[in-house]
Amino acid sequence: MRIKRVAAIAAIAALSLGVTACGGGDEGGTGASGIVGKAQKDKKLVIGVKSDQPGLGLQTGSNYEGFDIEIGKIIAKGLGVDPANIEWKTTVSNNREPFIQQGTVDLVIATYTINDDRKKKVNFAGPYYIAGQDLLVKADSTIAGPEGLEGKKVCSVSGSTPAKKMQTDYPKVQLQQFDSYSKCVNALEGGQVDAVTTDDIILAGYAAQSQYAGKFKVVGKPFTSEPYGIGLKKEDKAGCEKVNEILKTAASDGSYKAAWDNTLGKSGTPAPTLDTSKLTNCG
Amino acid sequence: MHVFTDPVNLDAYLSGFLWILKLTGASALFSLVIGVLLAAARVSPIPVLRAFGAAWVNIFRNTPLTLIIFFCYFGLYTTLGLVLSDDLNLNNYWLGVLGLSVYTAAFVCEAIRSGINTVNAGQAEAARAIGLTFAQTLRIVILPQAGRAVIAPLGSVLIALCKNATIVGTIGVMESSNVMKDLINENGDAVIPIFLVFAGTFAAVLVPTGYFFGWLANRLAVKR
Repeated sequence: MRIKRVAAIAAIAALSLGVTACGGGDEGGTGASGIVGKAQKDKKLVIGVKSDQPGLGLQTGSNYEGFDIEIGKIIAKGLGVDPANIEWKTTVSNNREPFIQQGTVDLVIATYTINDDRKKKVNFAGPYYIAGQDLLVKADSTIAGPEGLEGKKVCSVSGSTPAKKMQTDYPKVQLQQFDSYSKCVNALEGGQVDAVTTDDIILAGYAAQSQYAGKFKVVGKPFTSEPYGIGLKKEDKAGCEKVNEILKTAASDGSYKAAWDNTLGKSGTPAPTLDTSKLTNCG
Repeated sequence: MHVFTDPVNLDAYLSGFLWILKLTGASALFSLVIGVLLAAARVSPIPVLRAFGAAWVNIFRNTPLTLIIFFCYFGLYTTLGLVLSDDLNLNNYWLGVLGLSVYTAAFVCEAIRSGINTVNAGQAEAARAIGLTFAQTLRIVILPQAGRAVIAPLGSVLIALCKNATIVGTIGVMESSNVMKDLINENGDAVIPIFLVFAGTFAAVLVPTGYFFGWLANRLAVKR
């Protein structure tokens, strides 16, 4: 009796192993190394997020919260990983590609703009939100858009898309570069820079923080389009497609809207609709 | 090495090291002047000056340089409104030089003070006996001998200063470590080569500097 039961369990185990092996084979052998395989095997994920962006990815103590974090939880759930088993890892704009390429993180969900240069190094699922580069200025500032910035001091994060955009399109701007936006906002408050530039959604998060209430305003004239994607390894096409599938489900079952309402939605901005026709083809 | 054959990257690399040299040069000069004055204060007969020198050395030598550079930006500039130039990059550069100088001066001071200790007490007594004042004794008799004794340690301080200059990148000067971060960000597949080139450049500049100071010390040392 006992031996039979052990044999049966062994047979089931062998069978299920065989099935997973087949599944992996169907995906061209990338399943095992990709995030889908890792999620199945370890029931764990390491997700790179920002730690200093209120409303999007903010770390308080050992706790992370924000819209990007909620998206991360949705994707983990879709991959069969309990959100409690996600290891959040702080990334800054500068180290996101290296973190993905070196395998320090499995995914990056960190206000990460999809662009062609980055696509050469990493794969992108999404976009799950489309932001635009804008300016944060003091509440009484007369700056009305990027054209009024000549000779002005503008702060951004070194290595980020907004900083590059300033250097190439607005070379007469004096660019102050720090390693985080919080330092920029600090300098703006002190009057050392005239504006902080990055995506509108990030700036709105800062403007809404209680210690800055009423001090700043977002100019509200976005001059770029920044589709936020979810970065993963270049060769993990299967993982990318799976994440897109999860996003599609999230758009229809209301979990995307709930993620917004619990975070950025608190500023009063209604939830955007996730346009699933724009999802990448995981090239 | 495709990273450095791209002219844009090559330019960034060169300008990064140019910033380092500029930071090192100006800070070396200021810290030498401040350091000598501090050393003089520490051996002077006036208690207030001695206390001032000791306080400077103990405060700046024991504070992390990162904090000092940060304070220069967010304390002196942001909060207290100390503006050193209207140009943003130059302003950050001078704030960096200020931070590096006050920090390095503490080490220069201690090196020189140890040099002063190598000068035979009889020299000072003889100088006072022929009627020289304290300042004259220090300037004409003690410091020239002390200075020759501390050339090698001052060389070490200079080498440390050159490497420390990379910390000014935290307040936005696009020096070599910032450039390196940027290059790594854009070429995540070439992290090791990029790192080796930057580390190698520092070594290529600093190893000869060390030998030069060793040679100079041998040539100029007061043989006793």
